[in-house]
Amino acid sequence: MSESLATVSYLGATILFILCLGGLSNPETSRRGNLYGIIGMSIAVLATVFGPHVGSSGYAWIIAAMVVGASVGIYAARTVQMTQMPELVALMHSMVGLAAMLVGFANYIDPGASAHMSGAEKSIHEVEIYLGILIGAVTFSGSVIAFGKLSGKISGNPLLLPARHWINLAGLLVVIYFGREFLHAHSVSDGMTPLIVMTVIALLFGIHMVMAIGGADMPVVVSMLNSYSGWAAAATGFMLSNDLLIVTGALVGSSGAILSYIMCAAMNRHFISVIAGGFGTTGGTPAAAGGAQPAGEVVPIIAPETAELLREAKNVIIVPGYGMAVAQAQHTVYEITKLLREKGVNVRFGIHPVAGRMPGHMNVLLAEAKVPYDIVQEMDELNDDFPKTDVAMIIGANDIVNPAAQDDPNSPIAGMPVLEVWKAKTSIVMKRSMASGYAGVDNPLFYKENNRMLFGDAKKMLDEVLLALKS
Amino acid sequence: MPLTIGVPRETAAEEKRVATVPEVVEKLIKLGFAVQVESGAGDAANISDDAYKAAGAAIAEGAANLWSSSDIIFKVRGPSAAEVGLMREGSTLVSFIWPAQNPELLQQLAARKATVLAIDSLPRTLSRAQKMDALTSQAGVAGYRAVIEAANAFGRFFNGQITAAGKVPPAKVFIAGAGVAGLAAIGTAANLGAIVRANDTRAEVADQVASLGGEFVKVDYEEEGSGGGGYAKVMSEGFQKAQREMYAKQAREVDIIITTALIPGKPAPRLITAEMVRSMKAGSVIVDMAAEQGGNCELTEPGRAVVKHDVTIIGYTDLVSRLARQSSTLYSTNLFRLAEELCKTKDGIIDVNMEDEAIRGLTVIKEGNVTWPPPAPKPSAAPVAPAAAAQPVVAAKKSHGHGKGSAPASGTAVAMLFAAAAVIFWFIGAGAPAAFLGHFTVFVLACFVGYMVVWNVTPALHTPLMSVTNAISSIIAIGALVQIAPPLDIGLSRPDDWIRWLAVGAIVLATINMFGGFAVTQRMLAMFRK
Repeated sequence: MSESLATVSYLGATILFILCLGGLSNPETSRRGNLYGIIGMSIAVLATVFGPHVGSSGYAWIIAAMVVGASVGIYAARTVQMTQMPELVALMHSMVGLAAMLVGFANYIDPGASAHMSGAEKSIHEVEIYLGILIGAVTFSGSVIAFGKLSGKISGNPLLLPARHWINLAGLLVVIYFGREFLHAHSVSDGMTPLIVMTVIALLFGIHMVMAIGGADMPVVVSMLNSYSGWAAAATGFMLSNDLLIVTGALVGSSGAILSYIMCAAMNRHFISVIAGGFGTTGGTPAAAGGAQPAGEVVPIIAPETAELLREAKNVIIVPGYGMAVAQAQHTVYEITKLLREKGVNVRFGIHPVAGRMPGHMNVLLAEAKVPYDIVQEMDELNDDFPKTDVAMIIGANDIVNPAAQDDPNSPIAGMPVLEVWKAKTSIVMKRSMASGYAGVDNPLFYKENNRMLFGDAKKMLDEVLLALKS
Repeated sequence: MPLTIGVPRETAAEEKRVATVPEVVEKLIKLGFAVQVESGAGDAANISDDAYKAAGAAIAEGAANLWSSSDIIFKVRGPSAAEVGLMREGSTLVSFIWPAQNPELLQQLAARKATVLAIDSLPRTLSRAQKMDALTSQAGVAGYRAVIEAANAFGRFFNGQITAAGKVPPAKVFIAGAGVAGLAAIGTAANLGAIVRANDTRAEVADQVASLGGEFVKVDYEEEGSGGGGYAKVMSEGFQKAQREMYAKQAREVDIIITTALIPGKPAPRLITAEMVRSMKAGSVIVDMAAEQGGNCELTEPGRAVVKHDVTIIGYTDLVSRLARQSSTLYSTNLFRLAEELCKTKDGIIDVNMEDEAIRGLTVIKEGNVTWPPPAPKPSAAPVAPAAAAQPVVAAKKSHGHGKGSAPASGTAVAMLFAAAAVIFWFIGAGAPAAFLGHFTVFVLACFVGYMVVWNVTPALHTPLMSVTNAISSIIAIGALVQIAPPLDIGLSRPDDWIRWLAVGAIVLATINMFGGFAVTQRMLAMFRK
């Protein structure tokens, strides 16, 4: 295959990738979008393998490596539980990061890659290598830690080292210093030391950055790492002068960046403050920060009463949160929904953008449980409908339904958009205990007169509700 | 020693309620109290002595017996002079008292060294107290019953029907006063299918009226009628004139009028004049729920249903007793909630804690000392302040959200951004070689394409978006592929083994991602269905 033919194939692949992302604008077109992505990827890989840059001596290696990778990948995709999606995605990010690192090192020690370059061109090439490895390393170690946190292998609490901002700053200065050393190195072996030192610092930085971020900020972190993996690919593209890599990397990078932005906006927080970590520990103690102590008292109810309320309702909105995912309750939720819909109750789901541990987490869980996607709505779509709702059922969510975000300007979560469940005639909160949510803020919702608390494990309680509804 | 709660038979004429029902007896016993009920106390509400016995209460024969052997009396109506005489010294009484209207009763009770909790004196604005609010629970029953009485006297369907025999228009109901009773009446009438209109001097209840299926009719005059504590106040002359015109208009149009207008401590306002009654259609019905306080309608005869000018005017004063089982159940639940507050230790001993705002308000006599009226309640400034402060927060919320909806950035901000971009571009243009610029162009354009495309992704598909972008970012495999065996050897010594192993590692990792990412996305998308 000639150079030009390979370039045209790359162009085709680029277009298919854009169509792939475009297809996700709607569940109807999304499956076709994914197909475009697969075709684009196949074209790109085949055009490269049979293109001018790969000699026939490499085929055996390539096939062996791809067979191994494909079997592992497909096995993982088949067996993963939908509740484990955030972990899987984080793990996949780490692989892109590691691959970018490896490609960077391979490119650096390959004398053929920069043989024809000199002057500014060579410097730029070296900067590209340096940056590519840097981003790759941060993505890799950060994603591994995110994976650990999401799968519960590492505590979800933020780890806050003293003077952590200074540590980061020092790391950055060291990285810049060694970057200069690296550019001035005359031979590959000279440059290797700064490169390795930088890699180690970048790995540590990635670990430190994600360790400092708490559990509920994970949606932001996962989308940010998604973005990084894209930038790593783009940097590799610059390094190899390959436009396909640059375009694809930029697409992925901006996609992740937009997701991070949406997640931050949904929490009314700045990206920087999320990344700086330690939410709720900077502005004084959060418990004291809540200006008005909630008045009134908590009214507990039991599952049969919940079933009674649901049976008599005409409009029901269910607000799921991370608690539903933890309890694996989505299938029971669907059974209840089905039963109620058969009785003519209008049941809908209200999804807050940051519910769960990654963007769209709740949607995927509900889809897995066969909940039709047209009754699963976004916060903005149904927030005005709460006054017309008879029962709002909150399953394992807390901060995203906290009225203090609107009523109490002193609250740590003031200004965060929330689902206005308290405007429903009755709200039922399913929760294991009265413990406060991630933000450490007391929730005045629990003390509202029209609120009821159903204490217990979400799955167990919902099973009881289902039983009571059936009888 | 746990205390004994005694429930006497109500002695007032036409009073059919009873202060405690068997379900509540069980709960009171769980709180540690002993309960005794006067024989026949529940008869009028269709509750037999046996039902009480089954719930664990003792049955006392005769009022004298019951009153003298009870530590706490649960009652509906305030006691008569004879009943006060039966009362044991130092015991506790919980019932309606209306201390403002019944000063002599207060004196008699104080003479018995009693502790008296007047359920009507509950501070109603305290949200914690709402579960004990018997006025509300009883008013709700009355409102419901008023509609039923109206339907009974009215000669047509409430809901509109299209039958084989022709079309029936729905009844039009006008409800004056949207307090608890009024709202209950609105909900009941709307559920029966009538067209419901309602009016109240307090404009803030308009939303509540609408939420129950009624239509709020405004008086064409500007004045706020909230008199504090959730009650209405007397309105100005100009307002009353406009209000009269509105009532006159409604009287001509509607089939049923239910009036609930009361002002505390004053006779009921005259809303419906004889003239208006005359203007109503023949067969119409008026239910005057304020009959006991003189009536909202000029022609009402308290306690009776009369027909005047072909309009049935119902002035029953015992609407609540006409639904005795329901009202007793609600009332006794209110008393049970009060008992819970008084006996937090659940050992059957009560503690009348005067520090507690709700209990303080309820207690009109404490151990023989009249404690009514209570000190003015704390001004409810607290809920007002957050409401005002909430405004900016909500406004701020609007400016965030989904990025798409945000207002365009200010001109200076845009100008500065453009200037910064221009400087950066100039640096790159001045220093970089041509080959790099080509790639740079592609990169910047791709970022914009990505930005445009990704904003269109529906939030429901954010997880598939992440896994598919993950899959396509494994395009990095290409970087490894081109390194594994470059065909053109340019004569340099190349550490082939090192490079090959690094590249193979990268290919394996990227392929895991590639296949895994697409496969899991496919799996997820297949699950999204209508």
